[in-house]
Amino acid sequence: MTKRVLSPDDVRRATTRMAHEIIERNQGLDGVILVGIQTGGVWLAEALGAEIARIDADSSVPVGSIDASLYRDDIGIRPVSPSAVSELKADVEGATIVLVDDVLFTGRTVRAAMDALGDYGRPKAIQLAVMVDRGHRELPIRPDFVGKNLPTSADENVAATCDGVTIA
Amino acid sequence: MSRSLLSIEELGEVGVRRILDLADTMAEVNRRPNPKVPALRNKTVCSVFFEDSTRTRLSFETAAKRLSADTMTFAVSQSSLSKGESLRDTVETIAAMGVDAFVVRHRSTGAPWLIDGWTQASVVNAGDGWHAHPTQGLLDAYTVRTALNRPGGFDGLRVAMVGDIKHSRVARSTTAAFEALGATVTWVAPTTLLPPAIDESTRPISDDLDAVLADGVDVVYLLRMQNERMTEALVPHLREYTMRFGLTPERAALLEPQTLVMHPGPMNRGVEIAVDPAELPGAVITQQVTNGIAVRMAVLFDVLSPDSDQEALS
Repeated sequence: MTKRVLSPDDVRRATTRMAHEIIERNQGLDGVILVGIQTGGVWLAEALGAEIARIDADSSVPVGSIDASLYRDDIGIRPVSPSAVSELKADVEGATIVLVDDVLFTGRTVRAAMDALGDYGRPKAIQLAVMVDRGHRELPIRPDFVGKNLPTSADENVAATCDGVTIA
Repeated sequence: MSRSLLSIEELGEVGVRRILDLADTMAEVNRRPNPKVPALRNKTVCSVFFEDSTRTRLSFETAAKRLSADTMTFAVSQSSLSKGESLRDTVETIAAMGVDAFVVRHRSTGAPWLIDGWTQASVVNAGDGWHAHPTQGLLDAYTVRTALNRPGGFDGLRVAMVGDIKHSRVARSTTAAFEALGATVTWVAPTTLLPPAIDESTRPISDDLDAVLADGVDVVYLLRMQNERMTEALVPHLREYTMRFGLTPERAALLEPQTLVMHPGPMNRGVEIAVDPAELPGAVITQQVTNGIAVRMAVLFDVLSPDSDQEALS
C-alpha cells in the first residue's frame, strides 16, 4: 500500500524554500559547495543548485556528489554497494559543505558521508539539507534544512524524488 | 556462506561488470592525496603464496591496506610446509587465527578450489598453475575499459593475444574476461605453444601475427615468453620467435596510434617486445599495474561484503 505524501509541486515548492534558506543562512554563497549523497541525494543537490542559480543570478554554487558506502559502519551486516564515483567539483578545505540527501532516517549515512568528506580536507562547516526527515535517529545528527518532517514507523519505506514523496 | 573469487568463468558477465564498476569507485580513492578508506577495517586478509610472486602479492597487500584491512603474509619458504605439514593443516591453522580472506597462489591447478572447500573464509585465486589468474583478467579488462572509454562493454573489440598461450594462466583468464564483455579474442601462437585439443570453433586461432595485425586489431596483448620453452624445444630459437611473434619496431610502426599494447609483466625485452614501450603511444603496461590495485580492492571488498550486488538501504 503506497501513500503519496507530497506531490511533485509540493517537492518543487519545498526545494525553492530550502534554496532561500541556504542563501539566507550563508549570507551570500562564498565558499559553499552542495554535495549530494550518492545516490538518493544527487537529484536534490542538483535541484537546489538550479534553484539557487535562478534566485540569485550573481552567485552559483558548485554541485558535487559523494559516495559514502566505503565509510559505512554496517559493511558485512547489511548489503552495501558503492554505486557511483564521488565527484566533489571544488576543494573541500575551508569550504562550507551543504550535504544533501533525500531522506534522513537513522543518520548513519550522514555520519559516513561526513567521514568521507574529512578525507578530502577540513571543511569550515558542514550543514545538512534533506527533503524528508522521517525520525528514528540512532546518532546525534539533525538537519539544518528540511523539506518535510514526516512521522513514520521504523518499518515503513519512504521514497523522495522530484516526482513526489511516498510512504509504503 | 562466504563468497570467493576463483575464476572468471564462475564470476560470469554480471560479476565481471560488478567488479569493474566497483573498481571505478576504488580508482577514485587511489587518486586522493590520502588513498585510504575504512571499508574493511575489521577484516584480516592473508596472502598465502606457494609460488614466488612479488608483483601480485604487493598489489594485493596494497589493495587490502587501502581498504584498512589487516594483512598477514604466509611465505612458504619459511613455513612448516618444509617440515612436512600438509596443505590442509596449514590452511586450517591459519584460518584458526581468524582470517576473513585468503589470497592464494599455487603451482597446482585447482588448489584454490580445494582450499575454498576447507575454510569458511573467502578465497581469492591469485594464480593456480597454468589454469587461472582471474584478478589479472579483471585488471586487463578494466584497463581496456578505461583506456578506450568502453564502460558499456567490448562488443566489436578485436584483441590479438600473442605468445605462449599453452602455459599461461593469464591468457586464459584475460581471454575469458574480454570475451565475457563481448570482445573477439584471436589466439596467435606457434602450434607448439597452443593448448592441446583446442576447439577452433570457440575463437579464431592464427600462427601469422602479421596477417592478424593487417586485418586490424584494437588491442595487442603480448604474453611473457619464457626461456625454458626453448630448452623444451617448443620454439627453435628465441630470435626466430621474436621475428614471427614479437612486437618488433617494424610491426610497431604499422600499428594505429590508438591500438593498445598490453603485457602482464615481467617483460622480456628483446623477445616478445623488441621496442621500448615508452615509445608506443598505445602502450598501457604501466596502467595495468596501477589499475591492478583498484581492481584488487574491488575484489576484496566484493568477497568480504555479502550481497553487495543488492542496493544499499538508505
